[in-house]
Amino acid sequence: MTTTKTNDIEAKVIAIVCEQLDVRAEDVSPGKTFTEDLGADSLAIVELVLAFEEAFSLKIPDNEVDNIKTVGNAIDYIKKNASGAN
Amino acid sequence: MTSADHALALPASLSLAGRVALVTGASRGIGRAIARTLAARGAAVAVNYSSREDAALELCAQISADGGKAIAVRFDVADPAAVDAGVQQVVAALGGLHILVNNAGVSIDALLLRANPDDFSRLLDVNLKGAFLCCKAAARHLLKARADGRIINLSSVVGEQGNAGQSMYAAAKAGILGLTKSLARELAGRGVTVNAVTPGFIDTDMTAAALQGEARAALIKQIPLARIGQPDEIAEAVAFLAAPAASYITGHVMRVNGGLLI
Repeated sequence: MTTTKTNDIEAKVIAIVCEQLDVRAEDVSPGKTFTEDLGADSLAIVELVLAFEEAFSLKIPDNEVDNIKTVGNAIDYIKKNASGAN
Repeated sequence: MTSADHALALPASLSLAGRVALVTGASRGIGRAIARTLAARGAAVAVNYSSREDAALELCAQISADGGKAIAVRFDVADPAAVDAGVQQVVAALGGLHILVNNAGVSIDALLLRANPDDFSRLLDVNLKGAFLCCKAAARHLLKARADGRIINLSSVVGEQGNAGQSMYAAAKAGILGLTKSLARELAGRGVTVNAVTPGFIDTDMTAAALQGEARAALIKQIPLARIGQPDEIAEAVAFLAAPAASYITGHVMRVNGGLLI
C-alpha cells in the first residue's frame, strides 16, 4: 500500500467521524476515543461502523468492533483490512 | 385532481411528500389500503408482496393512475437474505427509506389441543420474525432519515386481549408489541419513532371466512360502534403515525377497534 493511499484512508476516516458524530475535524485525532472524547453513544458507534463498512467495502465483525475504541484504532483496522477496497 | 395535488393541499403536518415508504404484505387487505393512503398523502410507496404479483402490480397501476408513485417489490419477509435484498432494491429505486410499515402476516387459527407446532413456527416466522427482519434491514436507512424515520407495526386487538382459538396468532401479535416498545427506546436517540397499531375486526380476505353469519352478528354485539371496521380506517391511523404530526409519539399502541377493547 502506498503512503498516499494510507493518508487517504486516514482523511476519509476522519471525514466520516466528523459527519457521523457531528464534530469538527480539528477535534479529531488518532488518540481520541469515540465515546469519552467525541461523545458517541452506543447507537452512534453502530452507525459509525456501518458508515466505515459502506465507505471501505468491508465487513467489521462484532468482536472487532469492541476493540475499535479510538479514531486511531479505526484507521489501523481499516488500513489492515481494506487493502483490496477502492 | 391527482393525489399529488391532494398532497399539496394537505397541511404540512400530514403530508408525506418527499418520503419513501415500504409496506409489507401490501397486495391485499389492510396493507393495500395503507399503501394507497400513504401514496395519496404524497409518499413514494414500495408495495411488498410474496405471491400475488398480479394484485401488487394492479395496485401500483392504480396508485400511478391517481397521480402517485409506487413500485412492486417481491420478497418473503421470513427470509433474511431476501429481506436485505428487497430493502436494498427499494432504497436504490426510490432514493432512500423513511417509513417502514410491517403489515405482512398470516392467520392460522386452532384450539390449543388441535394446534400444530409447525403451524406455530410458520406463523411466528412471518408475523413476528418477519417484522424483526424488516426492522433490522431498514434500520440503517431510517436512522439516516433522522426525525422523518418511522416504523409502524401492525399488531392486533387479539395480541392485547387474547382470543380462544387464536393462541398462536395472539402470541405473535403480542410479540410485535414488545418489539415495538424496545425499538422505540433504541431508535429514539435519532428521532426515529416506532409505534404499533392494533386493529379490531376488519373486513378483509383474511377475516372473511371467520366473519360470516351468526359469528359476525355475535361479534358485532361486542363492538360499541356496532360494526366491523374497514381497511381504510386502519390506513388512516398508520398515515397519521407516519406523518410529521406524530413526531412526539413513540412506543405507542394505537387501538383502532370500534371500542371492542377499551
